[in-house]
Amino acid sequence: MPSLDDLRKRITSVKSTQKITKAMKMVAAAKLRKAQENAEKGRPYSEKMNNVILNLSKSITDKENAPKLLVGTGEEKVHLCIVLTADRGLCGGFNTNITKKAKSYFEKIISENKTLKIITVGSKGYDQLKRQYKNYIVENISFKESKNINYFDADKVGKIIIEKFEKNEFDVCAIFYNKFKNVITQIPQEQQIVPLNEDKDDKDNTGNDNDYEFEPDEDEILSNLLPKNISTQIFKAMLENSASEQGSRMTAMDNATRNAGELVDRLTIEYNRSRQAAITKELIEIISGAESL
Amino acid sequence: MSNLFNIDIVNPEQSFLSKDNVFEVVIPAVEGEIGILKDHIPIISFLKPGIIRVFSESEEQNFYVEDGIVEFKDNTLSVLTSSIFDLKNADKNFVSESISSAEAELSKDNIDDQKRFLLNHKVEVLKSISIN
Repeated sequence: MPSLDDLRKRITSVKSTQKITKAMKMVAAAKLRKAQENAEKGRPYSEKMNNVILNLSKSITDKENAPKLLVGTGEEKVHLCIVLTADRGLCGGFNTNITKKAKSYFEKIISENKTLKIITVGSKGYDQLKRQYKNYIVENISFKESKNINYFDADKVGKIIIEKFEKNEFDVCAIFYNKFKNVITQIPQEQQIVPLNEDKDDKDNTGNDNDYEFEPDEDEILSNLLPKNISTQIFKAMLENSASEQGSRMTAMDNATRNAGELVDRLTIEYNRSRQAAITKELIEIISGAESL
Repeated sequence: MSNLFNIDIVNPEQSFLSKDNVFEVVIPAVEGEIGILKDHIPIISFLKPGIIRVFSESEEQNFYVEDGIVEFKDNTLSVLTSSIFDLKNADKNFVSESISSAEAELSKDNIDDQKRFLLNHKVEVLKSISIN
């Protein structure tokens, strides 16, 4: 049975924890709004980019000589996985969900006897993966210094990928991130960016869209466009990720605040009970002392 | 019949400009400037450093772009670019910085002719901005 003093100390400590989680929730809510706005603002760019590439790839008839970034190297031996996570914790299952998704993919690759290479973006993902997959991690990038997500950072990651591709270091590249659905739901995503996967749904509107004029020719535009598209996809993933991170943190901190509240209630009841018990005990002692006189 | 069409300029962070009352846009495409009017045939091209000139009924706007992709389709011109600014509020320091970094790049030996051409062109355009 903890003493009254212990209980009082615990109540104060839980209360101050509650204050912290509450403040974190508020901060996350404010940041979430901004992150969400950014994610929405960034959407037209990646959508338009996708459209253009789709139109271009439709008009490419000579699949043999098409840029390798689009059609792949023809092999599927080396897989490069880009795992995008947050730099900070305390955001519920956010980071764990991504790494879980990534891990199941890794296992699949390893069991098929293919080579696996991992690039982690964000320090939390690196922390979670390094224990099990240390030998596979080829690079670990973190943007802790940059306050906001900017295209510049995404471009850096994109350039690394292109560089590796040109050195023939991988055949297939996939990125893992959380897609922001709403504040309480974030869906871990796996997206293949090299070779580019066309959406199967868009197949039905092929046909008379092929009347574009290209300047210079399609191949040259494509080879110029595809590297940009990789950076764009990474950037999109980063934007989605940051909105998800804040949403996830907000929910987690909201839960933590509520749990702390419940804990404080329970501890207060226990404190009051034992205080009352102590008073009663003292009373009994006094009365029985008086009686014996 | 009106001879106006739409223009959308987007960069990765946000939509930069969206207008529906332009009648001519001149873009610095990689193989030379292209003037686009209403009902131009669909075209995809990409940009070299230069000035995008947007003429609407009331005004003329000029933007500097470094690179990007343009698509024209169904009377909508989409410009995707990661580096763009309005000439009216051009940052003198930024311009001179870009010039010097481009010149530093030019002085390296390991660049090919195409890149050298683009960089030369970029310096030229930026210098013409800083004079005005």
